[in-house]
Amino acid sequence: MARMKFLCDADRCIECNACVTACKNEHEVPWGINRRRVVTINDGKPGERSISMACMHCTDAPCAAVCPVDCFYTTADGVVLHSKDLCIGCGYCFYACPFGAPQYPRLGNFGSRGKMDKCTYCAGGPEADSTPAEYAKYGSNRLAEGKLPLCAEMCSTKALLAGDGDIIAQIYAERVTTRGYGSGAWGWRTAYKDMVAG
Amino acid sequence: MLIKRSDATRARGGIAQAFASFSAGALDRRAFLRRSGVAAGGLAAVAGLGAGTVKRAEAGPMQPGVPVQIKKNICTHCSVGCTVTAEVQNGVWVGQEPTWTSPINRGTHCAKGAAVRELVHGDRRLKYPMKLTGGQWRRISWDQAINEIGDKMLQIRQQTGPDGIFFLGSAKFSNEGAYLFRKFAAYWGTNNVDHQARICHSTTVAGVANTWGYGAQTNSYTDIRNSKTIVIMGGNPAEAHPVSLQHVLQGKERNRANLVVIEPRFTRTAAHATEFVRIRPGTDIPILWGILWHIFENGWEDKEFIRQRVYGMDDVRKEVAKWTPDEVERVTGVPGAQLRKVAEMFAKQRPATLVWCMGMTQHTVGTANVRAACILLLATGNVGGEGVGANIFRGHCNVQGATDLGVDNTTLPLYYGLDEGAWRHWTRVWDVPYDWMRGRFGKADADDATRKKLMETAGITSTRYLDATLLPESELRNQPNLRGMVVFGHGGNTVVRMPEAAKALAKLDLLVVADPHPTTFAVLAERREGTYLLPICTQFECDGSRTASNRSLQWGEQVVKPIFESKNDYEVLYRMAEKLGFAAEMFKNITVRGKEPEPESVLREINAGGWSTGYCGQSPERLKAHMRNQQHFDLVTLRAGPDAPAEVRGDYYGLPWPCWGKPEFRHPGTHQLYNTNLHVKDGGGTFRARFGVERNGETLLAEGSYSKGSEIRDGYPQFTYGVLKRLGWDADLTQAELDTILRIGGNNPDNVSWATDLSGGIQRVALEHGCIPFGNGKARANAWNLPDPIPVHREPIYTPRPDLVAKYPTRDNFVAHRVPNIGHTVQKQAIERNIPRDFPIVLTSGRLVEYEGGGEETRSNKWLAELQQDMFIEINPADAAARNIVDGAWVLVQGPEMPRDKFVRVKALVTERVGRGVAWMPFHFAGWFMQKDQRGKYPQGTDPIVLGESVNTVTSYGYDPVTSMQETKCTLCQIRAA
Repeated sequence: MARMKFLCDADRCIECNACVTACKNEHEVPWGINRRRVVTINDGKPGERSISMACMHCTDAPCAAVCPVDCFYTTADGVVLHSKDLCIGCGYCFYACPFGAPQYPRLGNFGSRGKMDKCTYCAGGPEADSTPAEYAKYGSNRLAEGKLPLCAEMCSTKALLAGDGDIIAQIYAERVTTRGYGSGAWGWRTAYKDMVAG
Repeated sequence: MLIKRSDATRARGGIAQAFASFSAGALDRRAFLRRSGVAAGGLAAVAGLGAGTVKRAEAGPMQPGVPVQIKKNICTHCSVGCTVTAEVQNGVWVGQEPTWTSPINRGTHCAKGAAVRELVHGDRRLKYPMKLTGGQWRRISWDQAINEIGDKMLQIRQQTGPDGIFFLGSAKFSNEGAYLFRKFAAYWGTNNVDHQARICHSTTVAGVANTWGYGAQTNSYTDIRNSKTIVIMGGNPAEAHPVSLQHVLQGKERNRANLVVIEPRFTRTAAHATEFVRIRPGTDIPILWGILWHIFENGWEDKEFIRQRVYGMDDVRKEVAKWTPDEVERVTGVPGAQLRKVAEMFAKQRPATLVWCMGMTQHTVGTANVRAACILLLATGNVGGEGVGANIFRGHCNVQGATDLGVDNTTLPLYYGLDEGAWRHWTRVWDVPYDWMRGRFGKADADDATRKKLMETAGITSTRYLDATLLPESELRNQPNLRGMVVFGHGGNTVVRMPEAAKALAKLDLLVVADPHPTTFAVLAERREGTYLLPICTQFECDGSRTASNRSLQWGEQVVKPIFESKNDYEVLYRMAEKLGFAAEMFKNITVRGKEPEPESVLREINAGGWSTGYCGQSPERLKAHMRNQQHFDLVTLRAGPDAPAEVRGDYYGLPWPCWGKPEFRHPGTHQLYNTNLHVKDGGGTFRARFGVERNGETLLAEGSYSKGSEIRDGYPQFTYGVLKRLGWDADLTQAELDTILRIGGNNPDNVSWATDLSGGIQRVALEHGCIPFGNGKARANAWNLPDPIPVHREPIYTPRPDLVAKYPTRDNFVAHRVPNIGHTVQKQAIERNIPRDFPIVLTSGRLVEYEGGGEETRSNKWLAELQQDMFIEINPADAAARNIVDGAWVLVQGPEMPRDKFVRVKALVTERVGRGVAWMPFHFAGWFMQKDQRGKYPQGTDPIVLGESVNTVTSYGYDPVTSMQETKCTLCQIRAA
């Protein structure tokens, strides 16, 4: 089985936000919920770099470790999903997540935020694959159709890579060799306890 | 985003930690999306959704078991030409998939392209025709709208003649729509027709065409993968053309290419540069001459190339000699050593390409800027080959096509101009008598000479309609005050001096806005009567071809039927022509189904007359075959290989013009213009012999340079029947071709040229002999017919450096395009009134990736609007500190021509992205006008989600002498805390 990962090549990312709107388009994500976003550091200065961020689908996901109702599960592909039926909107996962991925439809405490929403790696949720019920809660299920997450597929400069961790790590390593520089696979140590050449 | 979301603080520990391995430094600008920035006015529709569930829109999701149709169309935003693959169920666009097969975008999109599906959900689109009466919007029927508009137009025509109405067209038209719009204006009897290209690359078209023949991108986005040095000057493609960066960055990575960005602002593109040169806005010519100074000084120029293919380079040397490193630094602020480095790279690490956009073109010296850029390419031999050239990135999805098809006050379709020969050519194609056409011009009582003069006089430009409306008629030339305006697909906030525009629009008797959205035109002015809104569908709702920046034509197929009551451009133009009484003549040879002209048939008419630009070979059948066979075209060369199906084999993708001869001649199109290394039948060519054969005893034809396989091994003039006879090649013409030539030529068949021969025979014969129909000439470093034959630096009208104006003044006042240009007076007065003291900050403007153009369409798209919710101004920390301005605060900005008690109110983004003394604003916002929120003035339910002040409320006077391009990149302003 593949181990699905995301890798954002910060030397390619131009903060065009295609990943953000592709996600909105694919899943009809409502205003105010951002499963993916682009963060820029050193904005407007030499050394400016942008990175597309979403749930990284961590190995030993910290969100799952803190969830009081155990709504998270990891698929055979290594994708971290959750059940909105179980979620009580407590917000613990938001505090635990190193990437700020969990999103809530409302502001508030003590379960009043509503059910948590986050990137599903375009893999839906616990409901049967590609059903209207699954779409309503989690959006579409591209993985079940043999497709990869749309954010990465539509990335304007092919900065954002999605796919089997070994393969995308190799693509990135080849790029770094060709061009002679690389800022490293951002977030990989945190998410996957792993590094990629670069 | 300007305002950091409060949640960000909570998450910071985690994120900062995660970033630690990557880089130190704070998060900024759009670090976090604000959760609900636009609350009350805009968002009722998208707020308050059920807990935990993703909103289920009417259009999605995909229904299991229902067949899915795949439709391919082209993104309607920038000029890159990304293919959009749509999944349609039951006539509803339910999904968008990557188009891996397109050699242009290879599956990818930017924020706008990945959000186009929302355009045809369109809950904020204009849904039915509307009319403003008594200050209220009322729904009316299409029939009523067309009738009332037609009656008013005819009434104005009676009073002022046809020139009392201005037709503003669109870079969003398909080629067929653009052509019909230009044809419509001709049949109405006016040259007062223009579109966005005026404020986009009009100066490029003028400057580049006057240098080597055609005013277009010489190479392509994908060809940049071959470059070893890429200089981007006055452009921010990372935001304006994001998918082009895929090719630029790959070129940079694979060739380890130099990527030089020359700009006043450290842009998102500059962030990826190997060298960033920060200049003072408006000093492009000193920079280019400063680079060339080092090249000439060190003998790095390509002497053989210049000898064979360039005219007048020695005249340039004299001007360049004045731009010593010291003088360049004094004027531009850039140190000589940095320019020396750029010069050496550009001359030695070849192939080198120069990319430019609006930063170069939108100036009072726009044409001269562009000319200087071309001269740099010529001096270093960096044009006419692989990986080189002037890679001019056009703006809108079909601004290239709309320009080509003459939605322009100075020419008929395909650059034929407006002289008698041009009119005779097109009336032949249109199959109407020349005299009948002439009779359409002028007032009812005008004589033939007056009509002919009006017919051949360039009209009003999109930048000057306000002056043509407001100035006393005595100051206009051959032009009554405008009384009506018909606007198809054009924003109202993209032209400078909006306070004046508001006055002009208020004065018009008739204002027609035909657009998917009401646009700023509908709300800017205080009008109570006589405004009509016609809902036009997007290009996703109709068929037609569009021309990308690299001159490739792509056929888009209708994804879904026009939504609500909207109609396509073709049908609306037909209905209007019918009402105005010339539909029978205008659509004589065009198939019309019901009231809807068929785009294929329109394209065939374009093919039949499009010889001058090689729009003759791209038949609808060939274009559709290209879309079907996208996977067979090479990513870099854009060519279909030997294993491709016969219908596209050997073609370049999209048959980039010129695509010579008739479609059955099977010319492959031209990927790289002026490339002598290829046979003309393989897309090779030479510089166009457009300017005669000799000047002051010096030849203007190429010397010893010719395209591969040419039977004439030297320069040669353009082909005519007479030239064919002299060469003895006339025998190669078929009898049918000869008959056509003789019929067109009348008493003087020798003058029938490659551009007017409707048989295509002259082109065919020239190509068979390895020659290019337009001749083999030299490019002109000296363009003697332009106001500044050799570009010279001229300070902006509103300059922060009044000390330089005596030495580098703007041009004297003059009249252009029927209106006076008093730039010289304005510049003089600005200094006398000490404007630079009161308005000490240079204001420049540009694009954001999420929005496009006037922004009405994109600000109505909820997926995009969420990402940019506020109009803002970028201001340097030093300037902000001096004014007590903090990041994210409201500020008031005033321009030198605004009323002294009025300001625009925007948010401050304090950033080193702009240098000290420079501020920058995006140009996509509208709906606030000098602190007034105009949301209530939109017809209910059509107001864009995000509104904001327009930068062009602040911008000021200044027009290019050749094209009346406006100055948007360099004015002065003052900023204060609100």
